[in-house]
Amino acid sequence: MLQSPIRIPLIKGNKTYRDVTDDILRPMANKPGKFWYLGIALSGSAMLLGAFMIFWTIWHGIGTWGLNRTIGWGWGITNFVWWIGIGHAGTFISAILLLFRQKWRTSINRSAEAMTIFAVICAMLFPIIHMGRPLLGFFIFPYPNFRGLWVNFNSPLVWDVFAISTYFTVSLVFWYVGLIPDIGTVRDRIKSKFKKTIYTVLSFGWKGSARHWHRHEVVTMILAALAAPLVLSVHSIVSMDFATSVIPGWHTTIFPPYFVAGAIFSGFAMVLTLMIITRKALHLEDYITVGHVESMNKVIIATGSIVGLAYITEMFISWYSGVEYEHFALVNRATGPYWWAYWIMMTANVISPQLLWFKKLRTSLTFTFCLSIVINIGMWFERFVIVVTSLHRDYLTSSWAMYKPTIVEVGLFLGTLGLFFTAFFLFIRVFPVIAIAEVKSVLKSSGEKNPKK
Amino acid sequence: MEDKNYVSVIFDDEEPMLKAVAKIRESNQKIMDVFTPFHVHGLDKALGMKRTRIPIAGLICGAFGGLFGFLFQAWVFTVDYPLVFGGKPYLSVPSFIPVTFELTVLFTALGIVAALLIRSGLKPSKKFEPVHPRITDDRFVILVETEQNEKSTRETLQSMLSGVSNVEIV
Repeated sequence: MLQSPIRIPLIKGNKTYRDVTDDILRPMANKPGKFWYLGIALSGSAMLLGAFMIFWTIWHGIGTWGLNRTIGWGWGITNFVWWIGIGHAGTFISAILLLFRQKWRTSINRSAEAMTIFAVICAMLFPIIHMGRPLLGFFIFPYPNFRGLWVNFNSPLVWDVFAISTYFTVSLVFWYVGLIPDIGTVRDRIKSKFKKTIYTVLSFGWKGSARHWHRHEVVTMILAALAAPLVLSVHSIVSMDFATSVIPGWHTTIFPPYFVAGAIFSGFAMVLTLMIITRKALHLEDYITVGHVESMNKVIIATGSIVGLAYITEMFISWYSGVEYEHFALVNRATGPYWWAYWIMMTANVISPQLLWFKKLRTSLTFTFCLSIVINIGMWFERFVIVVTSLHRDYLTSSWAMYKPTIVEVGLFLGTLGLFFTAFFLFIRVFPVIAIAEVKSVLKSSGEKNPKK
Repeated sequence: MEDKNYVSVIFDDEEPMLKAVAKIRESNQKIMDVFTPFHVHGLDKALGMKRTRIPIAGLICGAFGGLFGFLFQAWVFTVDYPLVFGGKPYLSVPSFIPVTFELTVLFTALGIVAALLIRSGLKPSKKFEPVHPRITDDRFVILVETEQNEKSTRETLQSMLSGVSNVEIV
């Protein structure tokens, strides 16, 4: 097979196929270390806190949150949009980069897709809790009922239900189809009889037949081709929850592309946060190399610049449109009582990713790790700014208000963080974190050398 | 072992395996199946495999999903319970597009995955016997059907593949 002398290898250290299997399965075979227990203890406690806060909210009602009549959406919706956005990077990596034949995705797509699924679960919690009476949550689905009414298909909130449940289902299926061959590898390797039975069932009897591989490849490509427009549609529809309203600051046509770029931006930041830790903790430095981190950083520069451009466009349009309410909403964002949130957002999302133009910084793991956290925070504030500052000073001066989250809302947010990391900690114990078969298929063309026999 | 009607040719690399596939097919021996740890590009062509019809299954499922999604919304708002929302017409096609799109994607995705599992006979079952224990690791196995007796096939294969490195014929 041809090897490009120019490109840096994606997989370091002359690996054989067997080495690849061994390296990637090692973290599953070994006993978990101290850090794993510490991590899961922390995230598990946060998750329990969140579960308690969910109980508290449902038991006492939404009144336990800091919301009021003017500001009906606060941390709950901020967190919802934030989590959905984080999920988008996984689909971007596994679908869009697959269609563009980017080989570097093979080392990170598995865990990024897992991250997508966990993030979407976290996101889905918020609208359900926010209903106040989650037991009636099934009202959002169109089903024949005794009232004879249907849901309003003209409403973006209903589109959201369809978009997010489709997104979750398709991501899950896509992830699992990719996992089947690798579960087969685990099944053929694992010693414990009990575990072997479980993996045998999970592997669906995968035997690596050429015909099955052929179909698997075709299905993967079609799923990617489906997931690519799907992921763009999901955040577009989420943005329409805002854009179709008549609130100044929300009512803008730029929202769909701006939200999608922001979603991929924040998602890549989260992938970087997780990957930089994972590669170190599981000793996968040969698979997730500095080159991978650099490629992801380049996506961050691109999407971060689009986000910056969108912010500036919003400023320009609010002036150019001549609508005084729009104009006020923008000035109020930057200089009103929530000015600090706006400037955190601007610094973290527009200025900080521009530092990645320096090669030295975008190949530095420590810097990238810190930056990824900064971007995660910045993107959370973006949603906070959009949700809260647009609402808190509306058309009627008499109803202007301020919003402060209560301990319940903070606990809920921490709880979803806990859920996300707990799920990720469990994932690295039970499934291979890197797509073994996919890495093997690019090993010849992108490994350091042709593997030794 | 007596009633075994195939010979397995085991490789530890895909390139000699691909060459062997071509050779075996030239000599008019029948290849039952090839097992590999990952998708080897070019193997489908080398085996003369017909392209799978799963995309057609996807098209049918997707078309059904899309039509169903659109017609259902149209039926709900024009026939079953016409209601004015925001002064829009009953049949407000643009606002039916998102749900129609999502259902198209959902049906296509579930359809092709179901087709993959059914056509390949992949299902959660407790019993499984791999062709070779390292097939999901680093071994590539060609199963060649034996015509008269196993021994002669094996000898033909041995002489045919004598130049290929690291080949094991069982």
